[in-house]
Amino acid sequence: MTTTDAAPDLVPDFGDDTPTGRKLAIICSKGNLDMAYPGLILANAALGEGVETHLFFTFWGFDMITKSRMHDLKFTMLGNTATHLPQGLGGLPGMTAMATHQMKKQIQEVGVPGVPEFLEQIVASGGHLWACRMSADMMQLDKSDLYDDVEAIISAADFIEKTDGAQLLFI
Amino acid sequence: MPVVTVGPATVHVDAEGFLTQYDEWNEPLARQLAARIGIELTDEHWKAISFLRADYPAHGETATLRRVSTLAGIPIKQLFVLFPGKPAKKMAYIAGLPKPRGCV
Repeated sequence: MTTTDAAPDLVPDFGDDTPTGRKLAIICSKGNLDMAYPGLILANAALGEGVETHLFFTFWGFDMITKSRMHDLKFTMLGNTATHLPQGLGGLPGMTAMATHQMKKQIQEVGVPGVPEFLEQIVASGGHLWACRMSADMMQLDKSDLYDDVEAIISAADFIEKTDGAQLLFI
Repeated sequence: MPVVTVGPATVHVDAEGFLTQYDEWNEPLARQLAARIGIELTDEHWKAISFLRADYPAHGETATLRRVSTLAGIPIKQLFVLFPGKPAKKMAYIAGLPKPRGCV
């Protein structure tokens, strides 16, 4: 680009003048450490862009918001060819613990918080956390077993209603 | 590269309007930039802006919200109050820095 003084009013567009009403709904259905992060990172990014964001934790995703499990999500090499290591290795004793330790270290090195702290940041940024009614019933958990900032245990239908018009991600 | 006039100053910006020359920034300019996006700078705003300015040359890139919150000790919630809507980008703009490129 050449130097020009033809743009005296160039101000970044932060979307303040024309709010889009954009909404994002993320369904977190996995409890593996590596599958917890995509939803959290995208939720955080959306909130930072001023997008109303709702997360619905269901099935194995319930581990992310269950007090007794959320600090201890694991990563396993089993069935994951993207580790580019022989599949048989993943089944050896201690491999899941070792792979989990390694992944946690790498996540920390890039400045990304652990799952509970990440949820805290998402809530502080205005994000909404919802727990799935059927998963709670299946696992015999109630609100007191869940991360404090989970707003409520709701049905899938309630979640669909709350996120009317939202873009949706299933993870 | 576009050149814009902000109050008495003439500065270089990128295609979106973010300053591109670290040394062209100063405090009166920050007040003008903030005013352009509807923000009046208070001491709390300055705490974040000053951190961003000091952190950029040391860290090599613009601090993300998380970094500002953790290292400057300003709760994330407060950053959303101070710089509504898109806090990371608004802070970077006022501090005369590029948009942060970190994910978290």
